[in-house]
Amino acid sequence: MAGDNGIEVHGLVREYRKGPRAVDGIDLAVAPGEIYGFLGPNGAGKSTTVHVLTTLLPPTAGTACVGGFDVVKEGPRVRTLIGVALQEAALDPLLTGRDHLRLQATLQNVPKEERPARAEELLHRVGLADAADRKVAGYSGGMKRRLDLALALVHSPKILFLDEPTTGLDPQSRTALWEEVALLRREAGVTVFLTTQYLEEADVLADRVGIIDNGRIVAEGTPAALKAEIGRPSLHAVPRREEDRAKIADFLTRFGDPLESTRDVAIRLRDGLGLTDIVRAVDAGGLEVADLELRAPTLDDVFLAKTGRTLEGAAEEAAAEEHGRR
Amino acid sequence: MTSLPQVEAIARRSLVRTARSPASAIPPLVFPIALMILYSAGLQSSTTLPGFPTDSFLAFMLAVPFIQGALFSTMISGTDLAKDVQTGFINRLALTALRDWALLVGQLAGVVALGVVQAVFYLSVGLALGVHIATGVPGVLVLFVFALIVSLSFGALGAFLALRLGSGESIQAMFPVLFVFLFISSMNAPRNLIGVDWFRTAATLNPVSYMIECVRSLIIVGWDPEALVLGFGFIGGIGIVSIALASRALRLRMTRT
Repeated sequence: MAGDNGIEVHGLVREYRKGPRAVDGIDLAVAPGEIYGFLGPNGAGKSTTVHVLTTLLPPTAGTACVGGFDVVKEGPRVRTLIGVALQEAALDPLLTGRDHLRLQATLQNVPKEERPARAEELLHRVGLADAADRKVAGYSGGMKRRLDLALALVHSPKILFLDEPTTGLDPQSRTALWEEVALLRREAGVTVFLTTQYLEEADVLADRVGIIDNGRIVAEGTPAALKAEIGRPSLHAVPRREEDRAKIADFLTRFGDPLESTRDVAIRLRDGLGLTDIVRAVDAGGLEVADLELRAPTLDDVFLAKTGRTLEGAAEEAAAEEHGRR
Repeated sequence: MTSLPQVEAIARRSLVRTARSPASAIPPLVFPIALMILYSAGLQSSTTLPGFPTDSFLAFMLAVPFIQGALFSTMISGTDLAKDVQTGFINRLALTALRDWALLVGQLAGVVALGVVQAVFYLSVGLALGVHIATGVPGVLVLFVFALIVSLSFGALGAFLALRLGSGESIQAMFPVLFVFLFISSMNAPRNLIGVDWFRTAATLNPVSYMIECVRSLIIVGWDPEALVLGFGFIGGIGIVSIALASRALRLRMTRT
């Protein structure tokens, strides 16, 4: 399957000399033309995996084939197939957007006569045609990300690695980048390996999602299948009066297991129950609620079920650990 | 596919960066010349010392900017490369079809081109101020070749430091150390006229003295085979060692499979 433009990974391990085991024996397979979302908190091992798959880091153990080529033994061949936008959009502030594209096209061996047209096409594609001759030092974060994407595409790669491509972007830039990635897959059949810590991004964009925590894949599947694993929706009630919170919480336990929530009263609904059953019961019980909402399971629920933490909580833990190490 | 376009692209980037950053482009041109003019004005009377090789201290000092400019180039090229390491730009390069050696050659080609521009500027200022080149046009050509090798060698040293240290601040911290070599040399006086023993010994042991004396011989003495052999020998040796060290450091830094 890794032939053509897929990715296949078996027992991949990456240990740092004085650090933790960043990637701890992961297996994954990405089909040609698939968008694979690699979801996890900071420090989970996402970027290390990308560095190994893009030949920037040798694995400590295990094998990885990208486009049918072994990342250790056939690094140069892998690099001809892949486009990469790493977490930090490493750009030269003194060069213009067009300078970057010209440089990248030359280094990627794009034929000389094709370079100007290719640069122009990509500048238009990512909406930077007007800023093409401005120094990158004056670009916004979103513009830098878009240029980074254009640079990754300069040699028409078959496989695209995007390491947290929308981190720090405003919602508009984020949506534009999602559309671009979806278009690349649709029109050019590009395989996309995308790391993210945003649930929504994985949910909207990815055909399949791998959830990574502490270097291990804890869940994998389509977003729908992963959420279906959790199965039951959650019910969220906002008391009309704050003093009724405890009474409502107690009442709702008849219909499911309580969930931790600071904003409202929440339960994981038992099988077979729907919103109408709850509305009738609440009404009959004489309870006053300002809002009652049924929510389908999210990928955060999946993460919580698999790791015992929310994604947000895991990110905070990772940040605290990092702070402690310093 | 040939790597020549890649070398050219990296060299062009190096030049464009320098040209677009006045703080990098101007000091290597202005400071050595300013120092030369100031020293020449203040120390002209030392040409009356018995055994001083010329009656123009300006001609005597003209050799110094060639070496001082190269030290500036070391810092600029080193700082640029160190920034590439710090920002991750080197990873961007590592992910392309760029060959390791092409990155180093391209980077050094940019430094050498800057070195040639500097040499033309220093020489033009010297000639405009009335310096006569003792070896004539052939000597100027040899001087340019020497300046080119000096830029290459010091550029490689800068690249090595950048790749080893990986921080622009560390490179800049090294600059005063390199400058000490310049000042403890025959920069201001011929070695045989240096009265302080320890200073004369230090200047004699310092390879920078022989580089300055090589350029100086072309400007004020005429064809001096010993000065040329020593100057080219030392800078050639430093160049070979620096390039070897930089190549090794680059292989370690661009840890792609």
